[in-house]
Amino acid sequence: MTEKFETHEQDVLVIGAGGAGLRAAIEALAQGVSVGVVCKSLLGKAHTVMAEGGIAAAMANVDSADNWRTHFRDTMRGGKMLNNWRMAQLHAQEAPDRVRELEQWGALFDRTQDGQILQRAFGGHTFRRLCHVGDRTGLEMIRTLQDRGVQQGFDVYMECTVVRLLKDGPRCAGALAYWREQGRFVLFKAKSVVIATGGIGKAWRITSNSWEYTGDGMALAYEAGAELMDMEFVQFHPTGMVWPPGVQGILVTEAVRGEGGILRNKNGERFMERYDPKRMELSTRDVVARSIYTEVREGRGTEHGGAYLDISHKPAEYVKRKLPSMYHQFKELADVDITKGPMEVGPTCHYMMGGIRVEAETAQSSVPGLFAAGEAAAGLHGSNRLGGNSLSDLLVFGCRAGLAAAKHAREVSSATLDAAQIEQSEREALAPFQRQAGESPYAIHRDLQELMQNLVGIYRNREDVQRALLEIEKFKKRLEVVSVEGSRMFNPGWHLALELKAMLTVAEAVARSALVREESRGAHSRIDFPDLDPVWGTKNNIVRQEGGAMALRQNPISEIPAELKQILAEDK
Amino acid sequence: MAEATMQIFRGGPDGGKPVEYKVPIAPGMVVLDGLHYIQGHLAPDLAVRWNCKAGKCGSCSAEVNGRPRLTCKTRIDSLPLDKPIVVNPMKSFPVIKDLVTDVSWNYRVNKKIPPFQPRPGAEWKFYQEDVDRSQEFRKCIECFLCQNVCHVLRDHDNHEQFAGPRFFVRIAGLEMHPLDGVSRTKLLRDELGLGLCNITKCCTEVCPEEIHITDNAIIPLKERVVDQFYDPLLWVVRKISGTSGG
Repeated sequence: MTEKFETHEQDVLVIGAGGAGLRAAIEALAQGVSVGVVCKSLLGKAHTVMAEGGIAAAMANVDSADNWRTHFRDTMRGGKMLNNWRMAQLHAQEAPDRVRELEQWGALFDRTQDGQILQRAFGGHTFRRLCHVGDRTGLEMIRTLQDRGVQQGFDVYMECTVVRLLKDGPRCAGALAYWREQGRFVLFKAKSVVIATGGIGKAWRITSNSWEYTGDGMALAYEAGAELMDMEFVQFHPTGMVWPPGVQGILVTEAVRGEGGILRNKNGERFMERYDPKRMELSTRDVVARSIYTEVREGRGTEHGGAYLDISHKPAEYVKRKLPSMYHQFKELADVDITKGPMEVGPTCHYMMGGIRVEAETAQSSVPGLFAAGEAAAGLHGSNRLGGNSLSDLLVFGCRAGLAAAKHAREVSSATLDAAQIEQSEREALAPFQRQAGESPYAIHRDLQELMQNLVGIYRNREDVQRALLEIEKFKKRLEVVSVEGSRMFNPGWHLALELKAMLTVAEAVARSALVREESRGAHSRIDFPDLDPVWGTKNNIVRQEGGAMALRQNPISEIPAELKQILAEDK
Repeated sequence: MAEATMQIFRGGPDGGKPVEYKVPIAPGMVVLDGLHYIQGHLAPDLAVRWNCKAGKCGSCSAEVNGRPRLTCKTRIDSLPLDKPIVVNPMKSFPVIKDLVTDVSWNYRVNKKIPPFQPRPGAEWKFYQEDVDRSQEFRKCIECFLCQNVCHVLRDHDNHEQFAGPRFFVRIAGLEMHPLDGVSRTKLLRDELGLGLCNITKCCTEVCPEEIHITDNAIIPLKERVVDQFYDPLLWVVRKISGTSGG
């Protein structure tokens, strides 16, 4: 029956065309295997394009004392030691080479006086470490990778959404997808599959994430039997726009603080003095987000429920040169000139530390032939990610995933696709068209966003999360009778109906994990358990599908080797 | 609550018609917010491309009241509300559905451009003043509004002979890279139709990134082509020495 579908066969199939996916594809191509890249949007529009501040890499161009050890320590401390220490080590060691590689492929970073890549300060980083291009580093990165990949010759399937990973026995054998344009199904047969689909922010109401961030990759992997890890750790970026309503949640780069921006409450107090007097505005994101939230809750918020972020004490020309897109964003969308006065900012759902559990060296998941990198994978960031560590994560582990996926593809024989899996998924995907007068997917989505915002947000407690889990069960029932209007041609309502399934899966995983972790650590803050619990510091939450239901267990964190322990113990 | 009427093109390659929707207005609302409202409440199958909603990805291009714009950066309070806000797809590209157009031609053109290649023995040390110019071009978010408005494409449909402003900007970024060792001038002259541009600056006017497309990218590229192929002194030298001009 597979002959009725358009079918493409590749050694390596990469799902997602952001930084991790493109870097994986480039590395796999370099190994001489065939590579296909499937992405939901047009090439070059992935979420990486919105990354602003920079790529963290201990190149020591500005602060000569910097080295991988300090970067490793900063990352582990930022993640409250829940990180996969081996990933944190590899990341710190390999990031500088990955950045230099970008430069050799044509990226043009801002320069130091002596002609090297310029690095800026960022929260939680001991040294000035973020290689950047003004406040559009992500754009530079994605364009560089995109051009490299196109010239090397990967096949790109744009505006194509994967609905199911196909399996041949225990191993991953490919994917079933549909073309967004015509609504036709298409089969991808592959020996290795790399998931690089990013995060899950669209399950919250206030988010910096685009429509693509619906947790597809994590849900696909979960359905295919892979394990998800650390799902309770959702990063709320401290500074999103809060006014006007339409722009609520849009990111205000941490580079504003990196360049000297100051946070104040409505009384003009520099409140970070009370929360983290040492690091102030450049504290870690979890701390700054909670601080702003607390100021607002205790009645010291701004007119529109945020804090003031001010960079206007710097020369106007400097602000426009180093933060050009922030300047335009506020001028055009909020009528605020940031060279003259403060911005109003508040927390926004931004990044997922949790995701698919992978091996540090190979980025392989618990399913043979299934790899994951970037935001879709878990481990590197522990309970809280440092700014700038995302772009470097994409490069380091994208590269590793591509390498391992190519190696795996060369070692295994061609897989067989199972017609029954395909038929079942096709039927399920088309079901919303058969139903009449069901609910609109947009209504369910709005309710889910409101629920996650209110009950599984920055601060959590047992009652709220339990209620959220009950509600999610109701949403699942509502999704079973969702109906969509119109044809299969480029139909966003239908697309959303399919993405809702993934969002509900990840929302449930977040809530379940958040419920059992009875402590506060990094981005996970329990009002009913406000302190760190050393016992919880020794284990990760693991979510997995068992007998059609979501099962949760804890994995002990492996012992940190002595030489790394020593690095962690050092002060500088 | 105040309302706006939005008149949206609904249809596909075989034609369509404008459809009016009433949309409640909130402070600071942009046209894309209006489109999302329509999707969420009135027409769930309305086809729109968008991603970042912050002017960084260049996905949500359309023609608003006849002017090519990013809908995420077009404030509704900047438009007259006594008549409908008319939103149409970009004219220079074939319609797929509603506001979504087929921009695949751009990706095909892009493939023709030789990538950055460092000069042999290049030293990886260069200064901010060396990269300022290329960095301007690398701000491009590929919204394709410049392609949409360029009359060589929009009115004369010269897609096969002409690469369009977006790709002249891209080439300028490569050519002015301090370490690049490839010349793309012959390609510009022979295959990408740089000569067809008669510098009306329409592209510069619509660029949301405020790249000086005509002055900083296209004119310097034209000068490079002229220098390489039409310099009278060089022409004489080449005649005598028997080398060709490309």
